[in-house]
Amino acid sequence: MTLSVSEGTPSARPILGLAGVARKSEAVLLPIGALLAGFAAFSLFLLAQGKSPADFFALVYRAGFGTAFSWENTLSRAAPLLLAALCVALPARLGLVVIGGEGAIVLGGVGAGFAGVLLYGTPALIALPIMLSTAMAIGAIWIGAVGALRHYRGVNETIASLLMAYIAIALMNHLVEGPLRDPASLNKPSTAPLDESLRVGNMPGWDVHWGLAFGVIACLLTWVLIEKTTWGFAARIAGGNARAAQVQGLPVGKLIVGFTALGGALAGLAGFFEVAAVHGSANGSLASGYGYTGILIAFLARHNPLAIIPVAVLLAGFEASSGLVQRRMDLPDATVLVLQGFVFISILMSETLYGRFKIFAPERWRSG
Amino acid sequence: MDTDLGYWIIPLAIIGGAIRVSTPFLFVSLGEALTERSGRINLGLEGTLVFGAMSGYALAYLTGSPWLGVLAAMICGALFGLVHGVICSLPRVNDIAVGIAMMILGLGLAFYFGKPYVQPVAPDLPSISFGWWSDIPQVRATLEVNVLFLIGAVLAVILWWMLRSTKIGLTLRVVGDSTDAARAMGLRPAVIRTCATAVGGAFAGVGGAYLSLYYPGSWNEGISSGQGLMAVALVIFARWNPLACFGAALLFGGAGALGPVLQSVGISEGYYLFFAAPYVLTLGVLIATSSPTRAMTGAPGELSITK
Repeated sequence: MTLSVSEGTPSARPILGLAGVARKSEAVLLPIGALLAGFAAFSLFLLAQGKSPADFFALVYRAGFGTAFSWENTLSRAAPLLLAALCVALPARLGLVVIGGEGAIVLGGVGAGFAGVLLYGTPALIALPIMLSTAMAIGAIWIGAVGALRHYRGVNETIASLLMAYIAIALMNHLVEGPLRDPASLNKPSTAPLDESLRVGNMPGWDVHWGLAFGVIACLLTWVLIEKTTWGFAARIAGGNARAAQVQGLPVGKLIVGFTALGGALAGLAGFFEVAAVHGSANGSLASGYGYTGILIAFLARHNPLAIIPVAVLLAGFEASSGLVQRRMDLPDATVLVLQGFVFISILMSETLYGRFKIFAPERWRSG
Repeated sequence: MDTDLGYWIIPLAIIGGAIRVSTPFLFVSLGEALTERSGRINLGLEGTLVFGAMSGYALAYLTGSPWLGVLAAMICGALFGLVHGVICSLPRVNDIAVGIAMMILGLGLAFYFGKPYVQPVAPDLPSISFGWWSDIPQVRATLEVNVLFLIGAVLAVILWWMLRSTKIGLTLRVVGDSTDAARAMGLRPAVIRTCATAVGGAFAGVGGAYLSLYYPGSWNEGISSGQGLMAVALVIFARWNPLACFGAALLFGGAGALGPVLQSVGISEGYYLFFAAPYVLTLGVLIATSSPTRAMTGAPGELSITK
């Protein structure tokens, strides 16, 4: 199967000047238009329920972006979303739709939590890097296996990754309620709480944990990898036409396993921060759906790592405000899920519009 | 009467469990087989299944008739399929991605509208006792078969015959194997695929109604844990053959029954691992039946998932 990726085929010569601006603005304006169309459809849905869309969006703004406190809440939630979205965007460069990032988050978190228990009493400078790399390694193996199954066995990666997410959640439940359970955790089975010294704190000056910085840096580095290195270039060729890439001598198998494993490692990193910075131990809260919201973010950002940053912050704001919206407007907690569904469908439908608007055509603006 | 069956109770309970658990698998996989035969894949059936469960339960509660609930689930499922089909008919729109979006929308709408129905109790679908000849209660419980299971079994045979020997079946297969050939024959592939997706959605809706109206027989947000998705994988395993779908559904139902059965006889060690059995089985089956080099036998030529 193939998946259209923004600027999927590298053009022979760069389009400069007004013509380039026209093409770039298509890539920016169409997703924004699709986002607004999704909001409009959701507004009609709310109106049909006798609820006011204006109230809804005003509340989202207030609870998600209105004050310094709400910004801090939003940005803390954005951290795992950035990493989860990269777990979708990286394989997408190769034309793969991997939707099981949730599994890598969950198992990465369990791995980090367990490593933290084993390293009780070790200095943080040694223990934290070990916990972090454990989580990333588990995530890399989990999603890298999806890529390997795809390339070497021809197993559909979409179904396999989602099945493995269900398996990961079952494994986590088994581990935190069985072998790794802290006997003191009665109401909510968890691993033993991390030592205070092994908790990841907030960045200096504001109430947002370090996961955000790691997430943003991961997005920047991934962008460099995809856009500025030969690996990224090879991946785009292989994503466009795997057979042609193989004929050219590109290591398609290594690229697929490498990109999926890297995506999984980043999702595992999200699990590390959820345990070390948010929950303080590994438990059922790890499976809170960040992996699934990450899918929508990656598609909205059209798998561009730089675009993932603003989109993740926007959706984090919606998630941060859902509690207030529920209470004030008496809406069920699934309201955000409905909104996400409308936006997702709208963004996919907009794929059909690329190249349809003459105003964006480079030829129209090329001088001479 | 001696009812101490010892560990014989386990295979007996698994057979009974397979019959109970397999029905949603059966309906979703039959619907998906039909859709995929037309050359399109609908990954959104998980959302359709859950929305079917909610709408079926709600209408059965409001009207007092479980069969009206099944009808409502069927209509809602068809609508979801229709939306998926129409969106996928647009050029350059990826059917797998649309499936994921429809899954999220279906789950969201089901949880949104289903909130008031978590508490009330709706009437159950009827079942037929085939165990009247036995005095052993476990045997009687095993052979308590729901009407929808029987309807599903009959539908599997009808669909198999329809795909094999009727004009509708031939049309569907041509569209699924080659868009160009279908166009050359004067058929309209987009319209036929949309219809096939709508019918497939209706099947998945009925499967959902079975979940909420018979087994487990109540509506809550955790009612399906990937059954809709596993059924999609099951269709690949069954090589797009409705009769094989029936067998595969029973097999998956048995795997799904494993965890609860072992727990009921007091084996709780590793309960969550047994709970993962159907997912592991699905993945194992996918790995065993896929191949990177040869095209899958029986696969519709236009299906994006096997290209």
